[in-house]
Amino acid sequence: MSPILEVRDLRVEFPTRRGTLVALDGVSFSIAPGEVLGVVGESGAGKSMTGAAIIGLLEPPGRIAGGQILLQGKRIDNLRYDQMRRIRGREIGAIFQDPLTTLNPLYTVGDQLIETMLTHLPISPAVAKRRAVEWLEMVGIPAAAQRVQSYPHEFSGGMRQRVVIALALCAEPKLIVADEPTTALDVSIQAQVIALLKRLAREKGTAMMLVTHDMGVIAETADRVAVMYAGRIAEIGPVREVVKNPQHPYTAGLMASIPPLDRRVERLAQIDGAMPRLSAIPQGCAYNPRCPRVFSRCAVERPELLDAGTTLAACWLHAKAMTDA
Amino acid sequence: MANAFAQLRDSDIWWSFKRSPVTVISAIVALICIVTAVAAPFIAPHNPFDVATLNLLDAFKPPAWIDEGEADYLLGTDDQGRDLLSAILYGARISLFVGISATVFAALVGVSVGLLAGFLGGTVDALLMRIADIQLTFPSILVALLVDGIVRAAVPREVHDQIALFVVVVAIGISEWPKFARPVRGSTMVERNKEYVLAARVIGVSSFRIMTGHVLPNVLGPVLVIATLNLGLAILAEATLSFLGVGVPPTQPSLGTLIRVGNDFLFSGEWWITIFPGVSLVIMVLSVNLLGDWLRDALNPKLR
Amino acid sequence: MFAFIISRILQSVPVLLVVALISFAMFAYVGDPVSIMLGQDFTEAQRTALVADLGLDQPFFIQFAKFVGNAVQGEFGLSYRLSRPVAELIAERAPATLELACCAAGVALLVGVPMGVYTGLYPRSLLSRAFLTFSLIGVSLPTFLIGILLILVFAVWLGWLPSFGRGDTVMFGWWSTGFATMSGIKALILPAITLGLFQLTLIMRLVRSEMMEVLRADYIKFARARGLSNRAINFGHALKNTMVPVITVVGLQLGAIIAFAIVTETVFQWPGMGLLFIQSVGSADIPVMAAYLLLIACLFVTINLIVDLLYYAVDPRLRVSRGRGH
Repeated sequence: MSPILEVRDLRVEFPTRRGTLVALDGVSFSIAPGEVLGVVGESGAGKSMTGAAIIGLLEPPGRIAGGQILLQGKRIDNLRYDQMRRIRGREIGAIFQDPLTTLNPLYTVGDQLIETMLTHLPISPAVAKRRAVEWLEMVGIPAAAQRVQSYPHEFSGGMRQRVVIALALCAEPKLIVADEPTTALDVSIQAQVIALLKRLAREKGTAMMLVTHDMGVIAETADRVAVMYAGRIAEIGPVREVVKNPQHPYTAGLMASIPPLDRRVERLAQIDGAMPRLSAIPQGCAYNPRCPRVFSRCAVERPELLDAGTTLAACWLHAKAMTDA
Repeated sequence: MANAFAQLRDSDIWWSFKRSPVTVISAIVALICIVTAVAAPFIAPHNPFDVATLNLLDAFKPPAWIDEGEADYLLGTDDQGRDLLSAILYGARISLFVGISATVFAALVGVSVGLLAGFLGGTVDALLMRIADIQLTFPSILVALLVDGIVRAAVPREVHDQIALFVVVVAIGISEWPKFARPVRGSTMVERNKEYVLAARVIGVSSFRIMTGHVLPNVLGPVLVIATLNLGLAILAEATLSFLGVGVPPTQPSLGTLIRVGNDFLFSGEWWITIFPGVSLVIMVLSVNLLGDWLRDALNPKLR
Repeated sequence: MFAFIISRILQSVPVLLVVALISFAMFAYVGDPVSIMLGQDFTEAQRTALVADLGLDQPFFIQFAKFVGNAVQGEFGLSYRLSRPVAELIAERAPATLELACCAAGVALLVGVPMGVYTGLYPRSLLSRAFLTFSLIGVSLPTFLIGILLILVFAVWLGWLPSFGRGDTVMFGWWSTGFATMSGIKALILPAITLGLFQLTLIMRLVRSEMMEVLRADYIKFARARGLSNRAINFGHALKNTMVPVITVVGLQLGAIIAFAIVTETVFQWPGMGLLFIQSVGSADIPVMAAYLLLIACLFVTINLIVDLLYYAVDPRLRVSRGRGH
């Protein structure tokens, strides 16, 4: 099956007065229809930036400096603003982190739903109005017929994120880019919202790119996972493989730092040091100063994604064939 | 000291300063205004207050480049034969003096009230801020006019003429203090609850010491911005009061006074008596405002 | 809604009382009204009689209560300078000032808001830069200088418009209007522009910065992510949110317009309350000053009330979270 989304060698730059920062470099992945791709990494690794590049809403002065983004085989990274606008909401829906600030406080949630549907779908206002209520019911808002008249501030955080989900899905896009959709919510609400998102994506056959720093959410929701580090993908593969059998030392470190549920541990492992700033990415593999398995090549050459058996990992450890030769 | 300069040279402020030619130019212009105003007695071609040298025959001379103009009076003369250029230099001196004094006065009052209200909180805070709120409802020019009017009614005319300059400074200062008090109070309340202040309290440092030593330095940045932005307003307020005839005394004419005088001769064709002091005033205020705008943007990372 | 209005009115009572107190203090303690009213020659008996007559021998609170009572009925005594009832003087002058202020506010709003929206939406365009330069000059130009320049160009050099007075006015009851005649309208143009220009630049700069702030908000980003048209985002979402803070400031600016009318009226010899006030300040005519102050305070309070109501209409958050007053 051909992928819904294909990102090829994406490079995003931020021109600043101290020189151009490369925020994303050589990022490639694809998402199949109905698939959920999790994207994890520390803050600043470029997860959210990747999402913003896909929906064409990079914060200026950031810009796509190289590579391609293809939606159903067609390039969308070079579209004009207005062409891209028609794709946003209609083909790609987006969910943002903080539901408290993503809804316009001056309009009722119903108006915002109706507005979105009327923008993208060939339906009458009356139909849109009816569907707005249906959508609120679908995302689990009680008494939807009345609540459609309510303003965002009359909902709790979790309820607002449900409204945001309805807004992202209401024009029935084929792909959802969800950027930390549960980070701003109470822990008890997080699971509900994730479950809702997962269920709706399955029902509608929507593919999803789920950006988060929460491995738990990924393990529970995603089919595949991409681990990002310093603007690059460190490892990508099926979620179970990446979690159980990480092939990149960074992924291994990341997994070791998650408290296991099934046994007690005295002390969690931690990765020494911190992720480099964009202005000071080391030569060679960006992870080499922190890597426990570093060797000479790592400081010189930057590894591409290499076949590491069940996953792809950007690590010279998996280039044995070449080093042996 | 050298270290401080090196720090300044590498800082973001200096970088944003150099990058904005408008700011550099307005800084230079502002500097020129200050220098010429301070040095007016030494660089002015004539002494406009020396009655002995005034000659009514020299009155209403147009600027030097117009027929009938004399090279001696570059910008022409006013109704009493005073050299306009010299009068402007002396006038700018008074305008600047009143503007700066009033701003400093307003800053002193505003910062003190703001610190007090923010630090003490409770009833004192509510009372002081309520006063500031009520006053802010009224445009500052009205407050200044009112203060001036009350003083005028309260003291005899001879005394008033003597203290008129001081009255204007106080009137403008009083009209602007809430602009300092409110933000200072806000930052003080934030600072007050920070750990270093709590720590200072715990080890028994007095409230006054905490305010002056710990809280004050942290609120000075915004105060500097407000002061610069308000300096332009204060200069304009003085000019407005003087133009209305209730500002500085006629014996010490500011730019506003000169404009007021010239206004009477607008219709008889002697436009220069009004226009040159007016242009000087605008250049002065414009350069200060531009500096203030830049300072605000440079110190406010949110908008960068 | 009703409770909201009542609470707002109650909140403005202290403001009015404070202003009344200041007015009263001016009346009672600044200068010596008795000697001013008595003139040069008087006996001690005459003086005592007048003091009793004016009630100046009574306790402070009674005097103040009487003052407020009189003020409510529009009774402020005689002007020291003109020896006429203050209320009469003000009633005579009020229409001129109000007509001028309304026109100036109209100019400022109708031109300032669109300019602000444009410069906020397209901060880098050439026209925006031109507007901004213009606004900076506008902020740095004192009102009186704008008036003088306009007079110089349009009255002295071109001779198109009158430079002083209201032109011919027509009386409607006690209200004298300049709108009814051509010369009245012509006379209004220059003063209205003079008075409005400063507020125009302020409003423009305010709308611009608010607009830019709102355009950075998450809900605008989300609106873009929903694929709404630029039109809907800029004018539906951004502008409406911009209006919330703008309404407050514009309300305050309306007050400022009435205050700055003092200057404009002086430049154009416009026979309004401002000119009356400035003449009173110059000659320490306390009753007129006190009455003007109170009147202005009432006007401001009214404007603030209207602003609050507008706020209430625009921002749904106020409507529900009752009791979260500030």
